[in-house]
Amino acid sequence: MSGIEFGQIGVIAGKEFRDRLRNRWVLAVAGVFTIFALVIAYFGAAQQGAVGWRSIDVTIASLVSLVIYLVPLIALILGYDAIVAERERGSLDLLLSMPITRFEVLLGKFTGLAGALGVATVAGFGLAGVLLFYQLGSAALFHYGGFVLSAFLLSLCFLSLAVMVSVLAEDRMRASGIAIALWFFYVLVYDLLLLGLLVISEGKLNLIFFPVLLMLNPADIFRILNIFGFEDVQRLYGLATVFPETLANPWLLGSAMVFWIIAPLGIAAWRFK
Amino acid sequence: MTDKLIDIRGVKKRYGAVDAVNGVDLTIGAGELFGLIGHNGAGKTTLFKMMLGLLPASAGEIRIGGQAVRGTAFREVRRSIGYLPESLALYDNLSGLETLHFFARLKGVDRSTCPALLDRVGLASAADQRVRNYSKGMRQRLGFAQALLGSPRLLFLDEPTNGLDPQGILEFYRILAELRQGGVTVVLTSHILAEIQQRVDRLALMRNGRIQALGTVQALRQSQDLPLTLRVSFRPGDDKLLMTTLAPLNIGPIEAIDGIARFACPRQKKMALLAALTAAGTTIRDIDIHEPSLEDVFLGYAEATP
Repeated sequence: MSGIEFGQIGVIAGKEFRDRLRNRWVLAVAGVFTIFALVIAYFGAAQQGAVGWRSIDVTIASLVSLVIYLVPLIALILGYDAIVAERERGSLDLLLSMPITRFEVLLGKFTGLAGALGVATVAGFGLAGVLLFYQLGSAALFHYGGFVLSAFLLSLCFLSLAVMVSVLAEDRMRASGIAIALWFFYVLVYDLLLLGLLVISEGKLNLIFFPVLLMLNPADIFRILNIFGFEDVQRLYGLATVFPETLANPWLLGSAMVFWIIAPLGIAAWRFK
Repeated sequence: MTDKLIDIRGVKKRYGAVDAVNGVDLTIGAGELFGLIGHNGAGKTTLFKMMLGLLPASAGEIRIGGQAVRGTAFREVRRSIGYLPESLALYDNLSGLETLHFFARLKGVDRSTCPALLDRVGLASAADQRVRNYSKGMRQRLGFAQALLGSPRLLFLDEPTNGLDPQGILEFYRILAELRQGGVTVVLTSHILAEIQQRVDRLALMRNGRIQALGTVQALRQSQDLPLTLRVSFRPGDDKLLMTTLAPLNIGPIEAIDGIARFACPRQKKMALLAALTAAGTTIRDIDIHEPSLEDVFLGYAEATP
């Protein structure tokens, strides 16, 4: 028998998921998401001198900023030691002596952790969504659902990167360092670099390379995916000037995020083999 | 030896410039209890891991039950293999029973067999305790129970009595004897040679990645031609008589204190020695003859090959 046994993936995934439920990780992250989402939705416009529930586009724009900082960090923390911790502890040999392939172990780990992230994301932002539904009506819920889905996709992109790190790193310490460096790079540094590039090129790079460069960062894809649907927000971010509308297709952007999930996981599977 | 279950041919494992395993040829028959001994770093654990398909060999081939251990078809063979690693690491957040359930699911074993397995290794009362609260001996027992999941036909046990108390060690070997009666093949390593010398059918002595000696304990003893050790109890004050009796045999230094003499005797002189002692009459009260231990054999080989 040479094919993938999904039952084996399910066993590993089930254990990972139950571990996160049991140690209250899911509850804690869901709580953090709920609290932050509600606080930002209500107080997000305080700088403009107003508090309270606003339109869904402004609410989502505020939440996007939160998610871009928080979700990648949580996903990286969740997954950075998925494999390296088992290797370091010595439990990996015992696991691999079972009738399971390395790829199944890897996929099981990823699936279980993705499940934990998914439940935390949906539960956390879902609770906030229920309140928004009462305050802003059912039409808002459609956009909000899209936002939650894209937030989940973003978390999977960074989880995939984290699992890749967990395979490549020699020990947990290095894995955690690389994971933090990735967060800094993609969330804090990358956009500054692009901005610097724009300034240096005096805006000439705009239409040719800039959209491609934005696609090289899953956090930016998430941002574009969520703000291109709202004109007000587009103006707020000024993104329409550097990103052509033809590329702002949700399916295209969604596919780019799926690529960001598959590619690091593929590298991890290749190296782990 | 019955049908060969494990077939190792020309296996090497190289880490950079170091040959951890260097050209091992070995066959182990079905139903055998086979011991793998050697100093730390001799290559035992590396060979174990290669036999389980956990490490790829740099050269050579290993087959278990006719299947190459790195082949895709080996997954099915793994269902009938139990493994207890030397550095056993279990999941601290799970209970003993949950640990067995987890591995049972992976092996495709009915989970209802788990409580009986825990009972067999003496952990029934701790089944619901978290593994983090287990002592080292309890973890080792749980690891052994895990290895027994699914009634394996082949067991790889790397230092299986690590951390077990004397009662636990006896219990472990009792279970091993039961398994052998059921035809289970066992490959084990141990640093405690006295433990395994009475129990293994054959053993391989590894040194610097190679098999230095292979055979039954008796065969290895004979190949080393190590002397027997004698302890003779005699009437106090008869030291001179004893020395006079043994002198013609020229058997080397004799240590005699308070009516007890200890000395080594070449195997070939055993009968002559017994005849001389019998002739000495009532001055001799008791004679104990000890075969060289496996440790003596081990040390003998170590000295023979620097």
